[in-house]
Amino acid sequence: MTRKQRRLVLIGSGLAVLGLAAALVLTALRDTIVFFNSPTDVVEKQIAPGTRIRLGGLVKPGSIARGENLQVRFEVTDGNTALPVAYTGILPDLFREGQGVVAEGVLEPGLFKADTVLAKHDETYMPKEVADALKKQGHWKDDYDKKRQGKTQ
Amino acid sequence: MIAEIGHYALVLALGIALIQSVLPIWGVRTRDDALMAVAGPAALAQALFVAVSFAALTWCYVVSDFSVVNVFENSHSAKPLVYRITGVWGNHEGSMLLWVLILALFGALVGLFGRNLPRTLRANVLAAQSWIAAAFYLFILVTSNPFLRIAEAPLEGRDLNPLLQDIGLAVHPPLLYLGYVGFSISFSFAVAALIDGRIDAAWARWVRPWTLAAWMFLTLGIAMGSYWAYYELGWGGWWFWDPVENASLMPWLAGTALLHSAVVMEKRNALKVWTVLLAILTFSLSLLGTFLVRSGVLTSVHSFATDPTRGVFILMILVLFIGGALALYAWRAPMLKQGGLFAPISREGALVFNNLFLTTACATVFIGTLYPLALESLTAEKISVGAPFFNLTFGPLFAILLLAVPFGPLLAWKRGDLVGVAQRLLAAFAGALVAAAAVVAAQGGGPVLAPFAIGLAVFVMIGALVDLAERTALFRVPLAAAVARARGLPRAAYGTAVAHFSLGLVLLGIVGETQWNTERIVSLKPGATVSLAGYEVAFDGMVPRQGPNYRELAARFTVRRDGVVLGELAPSKRTFTARGTSTSEAALLTRGFSQVYVSLGDPNADGSIAVRLYHKPLVLLIWIGSVVMVLGGALSLSDRRLRVGAPKPARPKAGLQPAE
Repeated sequence: MTRKQRRLVLIGSGLAVLGLAAALVLTALRDTIVFFNSPTDVVEKQIAPGTRIRLGGLVKPGSIARGENLQVRFEVTDGNTALPVAYTGILPDLFREGQGVVAEGVLEPGLFKADTVLAKHDETYMPKEVADALKKQGHWKDDYDKKRQGKTQ
Repeated sequence: MIAEIGHYALVLALGIALIQSVLPIWGVRTRDDALMAVAGPAALAQALFVAVSFAALTWCYVVSDFSVVNVFENSHSAKPLVYRITGVWGNHEGSMLLWVLILALFGALVGLFGRNLPRTLRANVLAAQSWIAAAFYLFILVTSNPFLRIAEAPLEGRDLNPLLQDIGLAVHPPLLYLGYVGFSISFSFAVAALIDGRIDAAWARWVRPWTLAAWMFLTLGIAMGSYWAYYELGWGGWWFWDPVENASLMPWLAGTALLHSAVVMEKRNALKVWTVLLAILTFSLSLLGTFLVRSGVLTSVHSFATDPTRGVFILMILVLFIGGALALYAWRAPMLKQGGLFAPISREGALVFNNLFLTTACATVFIGTLYPLALESLTAEKISVGAPFFNLTFGPLFAILLLAVPFGPLLAWKRGDLVGVAQRLLAAFAGALVAAAAVVAAQGGGPVLAPFAIGLAVFVMIGALVDLAERTALFRVPLAAAVARARGLPRAAYGTAVAHFSLGLVLLGIVGETQWNTERIVSLKPGATVSLAGYEVAFDGMVPRQGPNYRELAARFTVRRDGVVLGELAPSKRTFTARGTSTSEAALLTRGFSQVYVSLGDPNADGSIAVRLYHKPLVLLIWIGSVVMVLGGALSLSDRRLRVGAPKPARPKAGLQPAE
């Protein structure tokens, strides 16, 4: 093989691998990503039942109801709309009423079936998406910020 | 007073770094030996002053000096001494100080052990190293000063995030930083070579040990972090494809590629331009990791920092260094002469294949990590890219790469014989088939992926052994001769085989854990028994207890198999009084390479408690394999060739260079 042919083989195989990777990435991006929504988004965007989404907001105070065999029901609110959530399993250590929460699962008519409820490490830490969703709904209270500042100053 | 000394020492280090960034380079340009010689002592002095600064902060933590804001926010006088010390880097400011300490240490090591480097290269390397250092000293002093005081000192501190009060996390950041920051040396070498406009096989021989050492620390650091997440976060996962984890995986992938391409450059004087680019990219990804973790741009389970000014500052550092280095590369790289021809099917070709797949896999991780950020800033649409994405993209690419691993070391340099190598790997193919068939037979209608993956793991492992057998001509010559050959093999050859073998081990662990994992989540009252993958786990009861800075609810479980008691498990739920947060301490029972894992959830009103129980087959192999991988690196690093020092590069004809 000449030098030129060798170089062509190298460049060709490089492009082939990149093409393979690009194909994988594009399929994966189409099929596996999950969109984040607030309860108001769910209503406004009229998201079809059966769609897999991430739902974020605050755990509505007084809405937690525990059932048999670790079944839990609670409502996630962004101040304007509240959406009931059903979950079976152990909630993360930092799950509390009035605190930010992000749940991932499948939307059903009038109910969000969560299979994952995300844990956040720091008790002052409000998930960024939740904070933004609350701000959008005009329910961002200054005391979240103050609380955070109080902790860092 | 101590805090002020620390602050002042850091300012002095910045001053020295500024001097070290300019004078040696100037010396190279003007061919002034005295100016070039400034670099070595300056690097040592820098390390000394940063060490003083770090020691000062540590002292403030040890004596619980709450008049220092950083100590007040992250420490508590009731905290055990070891966590008061490790708390130094359990927060943003302190961890940045650790970052620069390690950077300065590496610089000092080059200053100390780089005496056999050509003087111009050494001066340029240390100057480049010092640019990075100066930028980060400035960052700490301007945006993240750990020595700030409070006017009226509080009596008690706020305590460290309880999740971080753990020995695993105490060791994890220093190891990770030794890796991250260690790649700065390869970066500085690459920049120095570009400034010099000259690069040769000797350069690769100098760069390789530094890269290898950094890679070993990074491997250990990632494995450590993964094990910490596994037992401390309480839900039994060991890798979450979390952006913070990806931030450490990307430099690891690029660094692994760099290790391999440096081999080609050292042995065959080929792939020069590519190796230099990889060296730049690897450290750029380390910087990117630092940016992602330290700027708070991510919504991630690891985010601790939330201040945007810091983010902008690190972003500027990032752009300056990555952009600058790549610009320098675009300008100077065409001057580097290419050498060493090779056919596509050859050892070089295999290493190119390795590089291609490692960097592409790295690119998919990069896209998966940054795409959500980019999409959000462009369209305000929020998405999450999780494990399914990476399993679909990173997974297949890595599977192909693993398939090729046993071929690489068996191919000859320059021109290899693929059919011949495949014949020599027959034993490995056979072993893989037997293993896959055994898995199919044993699990019946279990997961489809498992037989393939187990077969692949066995193929890689036997392939590594075949490599050693071929090198010692085992079974072809008398045993004594083979033993003699084995003695004569360079340690780097053993290093390669061990590291490649460990890939198979890690894969076995991953397959075992993901495909055969059993999970039970139940609500239990004392006296109840749960069956889990052939084990009976009995809940004996729970008692409240008082720890040094927490209260805990400690439970007791007895694990039996066929009525025989195998051991007791004592998971607990801790509530830390200072922050009012709670953590779950999982309990593990090890059986061979498998583990029974129990962690507690919330107690219920009726006296029962939620419990997570897992049986995780072969899970320990994930971390044992990682440690074996590091051992392989260590073997390779101890090779005589890397200790004797590089040969003098061939000098151009006399007359072209001024007399030295």
